[in-house]
Amino acid sequence: MNYETIKKHPVLKSLLISLFAAILFLPFKDIKSSTILFAIMFIFISAVLLIKKSQILPALPKIRWAPPHFLRAASVPSVIMVFILLPFYLNDYYLDVLIMSGIYMLLALGLNIIVGFTGLLNLGFAAFYAIGAYTYAVVNTKLGLDFWVSVPLSAGITALSGIVLAIPALRLRGDYLAIVTLGFGEIARLVLNNWDSLTNGPNGITGIARPSLFGASLDKLNTYYYLVFIFVAIAVIIIRRVECSRIGRAWISIKENEIAASSLGINTTKYKLYAFGFGTVWAGIAGILFASKMQFVSPESFTFMESVLILSMVIVGGLGNTFGAIAGAFILVLLPELLREVQSYRMLILGIALVLLMLFRPQGILGGFKSVHFRR
Amino acid sequence: MLLQQLINGLTLGGVYALIALGYTMVYGILELINFAHGEIYMLGAYLGIIFLGLFTVIGLTSVSLPLALFFTVLLTIVVCSAYGFAMEKVAYKPLRNAPRLSPLISAIGISIFLQNYVMLTQGATDQVFPQRFGDSGLQFLNVSMTYLQALIIIVSGLLMLSLHLFIQKTRMGKAMRAVAQDKTMAALAGINVNGIISVTFIIGAGLAAMAGIMVASYYGLVNYYIGYIAGIKAFTAAVLGGIGNIPGAMVGGIILGLVESAGAAYISSEYKDAYAFIILIVILLIKPAGILGKNTEEKV
Repeated sequence: MNYETIKKHPVLKSLLISLFAAILFLPFKDIKSSTILFAIMFIFISAVLLIKKSQILPALPKIRWAPPHFLRAASVPSVIMVFILLPFYLNDYYLDVLIMSGIYMLLALGLNIIVGFTGLLNLGFAAFYAIGAYTYAVVNTKLGLDFWVSVPLSAGITALSGIVLAIPALRLRGDYLAIVTLGFGEIARLVLNNWDSLTNGPNGITGIARPSLFGASLDKLNTYYYLVFIFVAIAVIIIRRVECSRIGRAWISIKENEIAASSLGINTTKYKLYAFGFGTVWAGIAGILFASKMQFVSPESFTFMESVLILSMVIVGGLGNTFGAIAGAFILVLLPELLREVQSYRMLILGIALVLLMLFRPQGILGGFKSVHFRR
Repeated sequence: MLLQQLINGLTLGGVYALIALGYTMVYGILELINFAHGEIYMLGAYLGIIFLGLFTVIGLTSVSLPLALFFTVLLTIVVCSAYGFAMEKVAYKPLRNAPRLSPLISAIGISIFLQNYVMLTQGATDQVFPQRFGDSGLQFLNVSMTYLQALIIIVSGLLMLSLHLFIQKTRMGKAMRAVAQDKTMAALAGINVNGIISVTFIIGAGLAAMAGIMVASYYGLVNYYIGYIAGIKAFTAAVLGGIGNIPGAMVGGIILGLVESAGAAYISSEYKDAYAFIILIVILLIKPAGILGKNTEEKV
């Protein structure tokens, strides 16, 4: 029996794959667990391959359900209603998770402007998050500025740093730009870690004030929840407006084809700078919300993994789709929390889930409604 | 002092170059950043410890240490190559025509998976390399070089040389270059493109495995997260030399190693990890395609 016939035979193929996986697993654990892995994989893969071969699935009637118009019209208000009502039904733990998901939504929305709209891969977005958070931490603890004064300050300084990075970096193309942003992210983290006089090094800055409104401190979790989601709502409205404007169309044209865009008279460098500036603003705001929520910042929170996580949110949701970025952030923050039952396995499952999602829906959950071609 | 840093830098640089080769070969063929490549290096370090531990238990090490080391290296390379092969089949091959960033996310998924997989099976604590090679070595002009350092420099040099010869002189190397230039045309010329891509992943994983064993024996300790920092540094090295360019990865790796050890010795060791990125940014701003990379004009 030659290799080709084995490949076509579902049971033999599954036997081969499971045996291969079991042998790869063997050095890391013992023979017993390796055998269990083999058995589980063999049954599972055989079942999948047999179902695929028996053509049952295509024979099933395809379900195509288009929501009626009134449901589509009602979807946005009802989602908003749910978000407003949630704090009345959730305990503090889940409220905390939702606040974090709101902060990540802002980050994903900002990164989506740079990667999703304009097509510039950024692997160091956590650096801007860190700059926003540390700006508030420093001006609050050293100068005593309050939250509302610091919001424009943090956002401004973050956007400025984004533009300062982008001016030299935009001379580079594609993956070279990506690696420079990665390098910037690492350098920023190392500076925070070592500039002891300003950032207090690896110990971080403690005692950051919570925001207050009309003299009342917003230190209850549910008021904080509303604060974060008001910022998310403002971000969505502004980003949607910009996306549909001349600037947004210029960004998308740069992503689709930079040479064609510039031959149409679009100043590509200028619009790329806008994208960096406008995208990092939201990272700055996310940073200040994070710092004031935790009342503590340290370089630990702004690692490369954080940048990767934000990028995963944008891509999982669907590149270039504003609501996709929100969905991606929501899912990737909630998923590990829902897997709390299986504590030690949750990151393992997250890894598998990311791979499976890309295999079955490479354009992301809400992607594909617009073209998502990437500049080479 | 300077010569001493040169030796330390070459040791480190050889290891970076071996990992960087895997990045650059995959990029040259698929234009894909294989984010999970650093994890293969980590698996190599762990497997080296596991197999050598096994040989110590069954007594082969006490019979003949070189023989035990030889089998350890051989088995580690075989298993790591199998991991590299499986990774390509699972996470990259189905996504070959997907949007450009999708394979990046599946690579990140694989990377998270492998880290936690090793953490769960081997524990979160540091693992110790079972064999200490001591500090004995060569002494000349106030400079000391341990035998292990010499071995690392020689082995990585030999591996790079043989890879270069393989790519330039053999039939399969020629096929790899053809696939890197144009996949469709190579397929029309009768080259098994999928096979070549698999071979690329297998060779890259084998080199990373070797780097992993050498680092494990050099530092004596490994942990499940070592793949991440080594991975981004090796990727930096590959970009530094011009990504997709094989001699470039070697040059980039060695420069990175030298800069890092010199920077740590003469400026400040706190910023040890930052020098790599600073030098990268400076070089890319002067020569945007990397040291040995060709500047390609974008065609309309």
